[in-house]
Amino acid sequence: MALKIIASTCTGCSACEPECPNVAIREKGGTFIIDPAKCTECEGQFDAPQCLAVCPVDGCIVNA
Amino acid sequence: MDAPQLASKAFIGIGQIRPLGAAITPEPSGGCGTTGGEGKASCGTSGGPDDMPQEIWDKVKNHPCYSEEAHHHYARMHVAVAPACNIQCNYCNRKYDCSNESRPGVVSQKLTPEQAVKKVLAVASEIPQMTVLGVAGPGDSLANPKKTFDTFRMLQETAPDIKLCISTNGLALPDLVDEICQYNIDHVTITINMVDPAVGEKIYPWIFWQHKRMTGYEAAKILHERQMLGLEMLTARGVLTKINSVLIPGINDEHLIEVNREVKKRGAFLHNIMPLISEAEHGTVFGLTGQRGPTAQELKAVQDACMGGANLMRHCRQCRADAVGLLGEDRSEEFTLDKIEEMEIVYDLDKRRDYQDKVETERQAQHAAKQEALSAQVERAGVDPDMKVLVAVATEGHGRVNLHFGHATEFQIFEVSAAEALFVGHRRVDLYCQGGFGEDEQLPSIVKAINDCHAVLVAKIGACPRDELKAAGIEPVDAYAHEFIEKAALSWFADYADRLARGDITHQPRGDASIRQGAYTSEAAA
Repeated sequence: MALKIIASTCTGCSACEPECPNVAIREKGGTFIIDPAKCTECEGQFDAPQCLAVCPVDGCIVNA
Repeated sequence: MDAPQLASKAFIGIGQIRPLGAAITPEPSGGCGTTGGEGKASCGTSGGPDDMPQEIWDKVKNHPCYSEEAHHHYARMHVAVAPACNIQCNYCNRKYDCSNESRPGVVSQKLTPEQAVKKVLAVASEIPQMTVLGVAGPGDSLANPKKTFDTFRMLQETAPDIKLCISTNGLALPDLVDEICQYNIDHVTITINMVDPAVGEKIYPWIFWQHKRMTGYEAAKILHERQMLGLEMLTARGVLTKINSVLIPGINDEHLIEVNREVKKRGAFLHNIMPLISEAEHGTVFGLTGQRGPTAQELKAVQDACMGGANLMRHCRQCRADAVGLLGEDRSEEFTLDKIEEMEIVYDLDKRRDYQDKVETERQAQHAAKQEALSAQVERAGVDPDMKVLVAVATEGHGRVNLHFGHATEFQIFEVSAAEALFVGHRRVDLYCQGGFGEDEQLPSIVKAINDCHAVLVAKIGACPRDELKAAGIEPVDAYAHEFIEKAALSWFADYADRLARGDITHQPRGDASIRQGAYTSEAAA
């Protein structure tokens, strides 16, 4: 259970990075990636995955 | 790219909008007053040292965005350290760049705070009249405030003379006002496009608030309340505020008069009403749905209706989030990360002060010379005191008509009557002269951009564009080359009035003009 960022549509805006409660997101080559081992999809933490809620690009963050 | 065709019918006409000056609540402490109901704003963009308290003049006198006069002398730069945003606007597409806070279609180089500081020092040593550093996106400067404040903290240590300012949508603002004051940020721009959530929900599809994505009326209501609270808190702490509003025809055009009233009531120092930039290729919601930007006259109608409210900024160039230089010029290409690496950066505070003292001396001499020239101006009797016309002016600075028509990439627009010549804005155009030859295909777009003007004042103009302008009903005038703009405009107006009185010509109303859309690249300006 984890989310992933589609690099080709990621703008590299970094909005998701500080929102992740699990510190699972980091920059890699100008865009961002989610560490699937750390990602919980915010289950039990928030109503919705925080990266998804703040991402400005529709469809950029999907199920891994 | 061709300028878009003018819509056959405007959403609003000048006559439909009534000034609301008389209805405006008195100013709370801290800002600048106006000279009563229908009066002109007494400070802000065109104000001088005589029009405002000393402590406010000290804050704005060398800030190009806060003082129309200063923008001819002092430069600013933006560093793109804040790409993240906490709201979505229908006029913005951050996949490329933000079309209003920066020019569309041009991707900025994102910087870390360390890179940003290096860049600021490089620019400050090359351009000693660079006095202001702003963080204006490409996202929201306060959405990830750490990067913004880290940049400011490092800069305060190395370059304490540079003024710091930020631009924000206001959502996070109330929580960060204390930090803003801590870093001596004494200029904050808030983008406020509405004071009614019913209008706001047409502009903002969502906000990210307290760990939730909120939409619709509720989202707009929260944003509105946070904007008003943030503005009030800044005013209470004596921070100067500028309100940016994007004029979106059919959505918030007349509503902006109410916005002006509400922000004025809360102590806003300046109100900058700017045209929506909207093209399908920008990939914004408004671009894709065909929402158009305003025409020049629609923009001016709303700006004029707000005279007497919060002071209006008329010299905004809607620059990009990494612009460098004087407003209207962009030297960001000279300061890319690669180029900075190779530069020898010597930050010499004394040298900067000496240079700025010279700039100030020149500016005061210019101001005095202009006043003298204007006081010598004889007012003509018998001219209809209500007659006002617009003139376009080609200038390369120093307050004079001193630019060749073919070399202009923008024209300043003055509204002239028998009594005064008032700066009301500027129009960007494509360069007519390229490589020494006049480009005839550029001329129609220039005519469209200044089509509401009766005359264009230039230092010089070639025979071809002269004839074409005449055919379009715009009088090309080179008789006042190198004179001060206001004096030239008033002299031309007096001559125009004389010719009318003699019956040589008849007064014809002008049409509307289009606001140039699309990117304005540095190549075109070079």
